[in-house]
Amino acid sequence: MDVLLQTLVAGLLKGGLYALIGIGMTLIMGVMGIINLAHGQMMMVAMYLTFVLFTFLGLDPYFSLLLTMPALFLLGAAVQRWALNPLLKVESLLPQNQVLMTVGIGMVLTEVMRFIFSSNYQSLKTGYSDATFFLGQISFSVPLTIAFLVACLFTSLMFWFLLKTDLGRSIRAVAQDAEAAQLMGVNAERIRTITMGLGAALVAAAGTLLLPVYYLFPDIGKPFTTKAFIITILGGLGSTVGAILGGVTLGLAEALGSTFLGMQYEDLVGLVIFILVLLFLPGGFKRLTKV
Amino acid sequence: MLRERGWELSLLAVLLVFPLAVQDAYFRHLMILVLLWVTIGTGWNLLAGYTGQVSFGTAAFFGVGAYTAGLLAHHLEISAWWGLLLGGPLAVLVGFPFGWISFPLRGAYFALGSLALGEIMRLLATVWESLTEGMVGILIMQTFVSKVPYYYLALGLALASILVMELVTRSRLGYYFVSIREDQDAAASIGIDTTRYKMVSLSLHAFLTGTAGALYMNYMGFIDPQVVFSLSDISIMAILVVIVGGVGTIMGPVVGAFVMVAVQEIFRSGGFGGLKALTQAVGGGFLPVLTKYITQAHVLAFGVLVVVVIMTLPNGIVGDWSRIKRALRRG
Repeated sequence: MDVLLQTLVAGLLKGGLYALIGIGMTLIMGVMGIINLAHGQMMMVAMYLTFVLFTFLGLDPYFSLLLTMPALFLLGAAVQRWALNPLLKVESLLPQNQVLMTVGIGMVLTEVMRFIFSSNYQSLKTGYSDATFFLGQISFSVPLTIAFLVACLFTSLMFWFLLKTDLGRSIRAVAQDAEAAQLMGVNAERIRTITMGLGAALVAAAGTLLLPVYYLFPDIGKPFTTKAFIITILGGLGSTVGAILGGVTLGLAEALGSTFLGMQYEDLVGLVIFILVLLFLPGGFKRLTKV
Repeated sequence: MLRERGWELSLLAVLLVFPLAVQDAYFRHLMILVLLWVTIGTGWNLLAGYTGQVSFGTAAFFGVGAYTAGLLAHHLEISAWWGLLLGGPLAVLVGFPFGWISFPLRGAYFALGSLALGEIMRLLATVWESLTEGMVGILIMQTFVSKVPYYYLALGLALASILVMELVTRSRLGYYFVSIREDQDAAASIGIDTTRYKMVSLSLHAFLTGTAGALYMNYMGFIDPQVVFSLSDISIMAILVVIVGGVGTIMGPVVGAFVMVAVQEIFRSGGFGGLKALTQAVGGGFLPVLTKYITQAHVLAFGVLVVVVIMTLPNGIVGDWSRIKRALRRG
């Protein structure tokens, strides 16, 4: 029983971070109508940034959130502004030009990081990396708990932003119907740029929060891109509530899978869920929650 | 016919006499790779360029074909050449449930599903050690020492795939494919069973890719999950071959295969070994460092190439040929 509870706690904490990754992805999906296959790679860039700030300047990862999020916002916005927006005007046979472009960008990001930092595994050891506290028999990792709480905070902020601010409303308007939004005076191109920036900033937060308890090498982006699209499919394309549910579900499923099946099956669990969703609940949790 | 097909026929003639004219094993090897990529690219072009279903999972079918050949020899001690017959059908079998799940759905599902399929196959081949030997890989004895038989087999396969392409694009089937790419709703409304024809397209793609994979196993003699299920070196490479050459054109993958294998080799071997020779001649200096960086950069070059080609030549070299010619004349 304790093992099960412990696994559920670990899965839930990781699920909070996955939700953060998923929300960024689903926002981009909703507004641009494309899957961003460079999502995990952007997270990897943020992780290296955190690593550099810690190693050379001694900045605490939680403090460097203030730097990595704006930095990745700029990176995401630049990618959208100069690489993806121009493609909307290009005439081509292939409908998924922009998706292919994100694949290319992901490869470039990975390889540039490999040039700078080599393929070696890096990790960032802080005083609290291994710290734990206990509730009854169940142990909680301190950094993962903090990460979970910060992820909850960002998620709520995101909701407030999308529901209550003008910019948030414009983003939702473009997601619903870009042409109608443009007729109402929304600059859709600018909204797309901002959305990509926001998505990148959110995934940057996840990367920075994860780093104290994780390891880092250039190829780490790819599995997280996979996780991000599994979460998005699980939650329903474009659904923010769905992304949160999807993230937590994936976190729980991975934790259960690695405890009861074996570590090597952890990555397969997500993909199996992906297939099951396509089979039995295409449209994901969005079909159940209606938002 | 001779007139309008002039350069295609001369290319064929050159390809037929190539191994007789060139004795160098390294260039023969490169040409075999080019021909394999012609086959794989043609299959991808049929699915994505003509039917509009962009797949990121070519490696899944390639790997299944290669493992079919390898495992027959490894476990049953049957000649790996049987894989050439069985690799294609088995790849189709793998593609079947995948298409059946993802084709009825709209939007990004197929692209994402194919990405997942490639990953699933790679993880399976890694984890299922009793069947596939996992990361250790599979080693078989090659039948021929010379590269010539492999060359002509690869050439035959490439020709067959282009022939399939010609036949399909001229037939009713080809028009169904294009109508699905252009407007799925319109195609469905005039009575085309879109799921079924997407499935046909996927099966042709899987068959060609699986057969190419089986030939690859026979030729290389060694495979492991990282090589044949690689996302960047197989799935993305297949996409690049087609978009560089020209999406939705028959000769596109041929041109793309030449360009991409050349690009890959320039980086992998430092300009076909030229940089190394130069280093030996000059003796040190900055050249060894440069060589080291260039050989490391081949994936980076792929990424940059994706970005540049999509932005400047969205229809590839063949598709945008008139634009390229105009630009050259002006410049």
